[in-house]
Amino acid sequence: MSTDKKEREPMFSAKNVKLLTSPLNLNNPITVQVLGICSALAVTAKLKPAIVMTLSVMIVTGVSNFVVSLLRNGIPPRIRIIVQLVVVATLVILVDQLLKAFLFDVSKQLSVFVGLIITNCIIMGRLEAFAMSNKPWPAFLDGIGNGLGYGLILITVAFFRELFGSGTLFDIQIVPQSLYNMGYVNNGLMILPPMALITVGVIIWVQRYYNRSLIEK
Amino acid sequence: MKALRNFIDKQKPHFLPGGRFEKLQSTFEAFETFLFVPNTVTKSGAHIRDAIDMKRTMIIVVIALIPAMLFGMWNVGYQHFLSYGQHPDVLTNFFYGFWKVLPLIIVSYVVGLGIEFMFAQIRHEEVNEGFLVSGILIPLIVPPDIPLWELALAVAFAVVFGKEVFGGTGMNVFNPALTARAFLFFAYPGNMSGEKVWIADKLDTFSGATPLGKALVGNFSNFPSVHDMFFGFIPGSVGETSTFLILIGGLILLITGIASWRTMFSVFAGGYVMGLLFNLWGANAYMGIPAWQHLIMGGFAFGAVFMATDPVTSAQTNKGKYYYGFLIGIMAVLIRVFNPAYPEGMMLAILLLNVFAPLIDHYVVESNIKKRLKRAKLALTN
Repeated sequence: MSTDKKEREPMFSAKNVKLLTSPLNLNNPITVQVLGICSALAVTAKLKPAIVMTLSVMIVTGVSNFVVSLLRNGIPPRIRIIVQLVVVATLVILVDQLLKAFLFDVSKQLSVFVGLIITNCIIMGRLEAFAMSNKPWPAFLDGIGNGLGYGLILITVAFFRELFGSGTLFDIQIVPQSLYNMGYVNNGLMILPPMALITVGVIIWVQRYYNRSLIEK
Repeated sequence: MKALRNFIDKQKPHFLPGGRFEKLQSTFEAFETFLFVPNTVTKSGAHIRDAIDMKRTMIIVVIALIPAMLFGMWNVGYQHFLSYGQHPDVLTNFFYGFWKVLPLIIVSYVVGLGIEFMFAQIRHEEVNEGFLVSGILIPLIVPPDIPLWELALAVAFAVVFGKEVFGGTGMNVFNPALTARAFLFFAYPGNMSGEKVWIADKLDTFSGATPLGKALVGNFSNFPSVHDMFFGFIPGSVGETSTFLILIGGLILLITGIASWRTMFSVFAGGYVMGLLFNLWGANAYMGIPAWQHLIMGGFAFGAVFMATDPVTSAQTNKGKYYYGFLIGIMAVLIRVFNPAYPEGMMLAILLLNVFAPLIDHYVVESNIKKRLKRAKLALTN
């Protein structure tokens, strides 16, 4: 580490803000890097579990990025994955216990998917690609940003799935009863996982329509 | 005819690049080539062109569907009045069904073609012909009482996600008509399965169960006679009930060479063989029904003749067509007998094999290459 550094970088410099915002669109973990799809399909039938899942993943990515970045110079490269996993697993268990304590019904809906955050590709990907070679603060921002990008897609998908699949948002009926009386029926396919995949597909379609640079040749 | 040709020629410049309506060129082109065989000729070299093109091919399939469709209309009326214990004359039956089915056909074509034209316009491509057939197939494979908005949604879904995202007609993995039906089946199960939906406005006390529905719960009393099932006097989706008229349509397709006899034949063979196997097993009453009865119940014949033979989504190689068809037959009967959630397996069997068709083709081609290589090596060593 060079000691003759000119001046400290401000906490929210343009570069750091970019770490937060680029995963929201151009570098989105789900729609561009296609990571973390499984949980996106599994927990998006309703908005509430999707939001809780988003928060959980955001905390785990942010904090694990921060911790691993602190440890990065002390981790022997050959066992780095194990060390990373220990950090992630600890955090996931903490989150899981917190959910069980304070949000038991949502925790039941999310079931194994909270535990499976450990294997979420986004987290391992960010640890390997970013936290291992960057300072703690940018690493933390990067983690939070990726969690947000993941959550953005999750919440969008959950919004459409809950609205059309159950006619509700946050379990409050949105589609008016008069429409049901006229013969409207909730779309049962929206509840099923395939429709989550198709909804993600539509988001990818729309995103690439506006960002031509993302289209693969 | 001549006047029409002249009229079209007069309008044409407006739609060519630089004309007033150049944005609508693909729409114009679609109607022009629909009415007249295009006069494009190969510019270089000598090539033989068949007069039959995609539009002519598709229209023959539509013609082959007409007997089953007309009978389906009559049957909708017949089943409706039967549930009230009435037996009006043929025309009353027919027109009751006609007014039930016509809106389905109109909705299907308007929504489907609307989306097709829109996509063609945006992409500056010619309008695809595929929907001419899908548009008539879809109303024939749904219950007569399906709400129109659900049908419209299903058609839109099938055209956009079953076809356009893959690049339009010829590129789709799944049969669009079956995609629409699968959408309805999973999205609105209340209107697509059970005993209530197969007869239009039936009397509540009248059982509307299809033979398949009855067979699945092991209710073989009052089972329709073989004659009724073959000629189609049973409740069911609009066009699927009469095996006899579907076979006539199949004959038209075979004579004109539009559909592959290999696929058609092997689907029936597959269903029959699976039925025989179940006969041998015979663990319950459903397994015990004569194997050939599977072929005349439900949508088996319709699927075999009009769906499995779809040239885009079926296997392309001749040998592959046998495997493809045979597996469809087997899967359809398997799903019917074993899965209580799905009384009819034909739709799912065809969609499943649609996915496997390219794989089947791949292995057929690979094995052919291997065989020829072996022969070439033999020739070298000799």
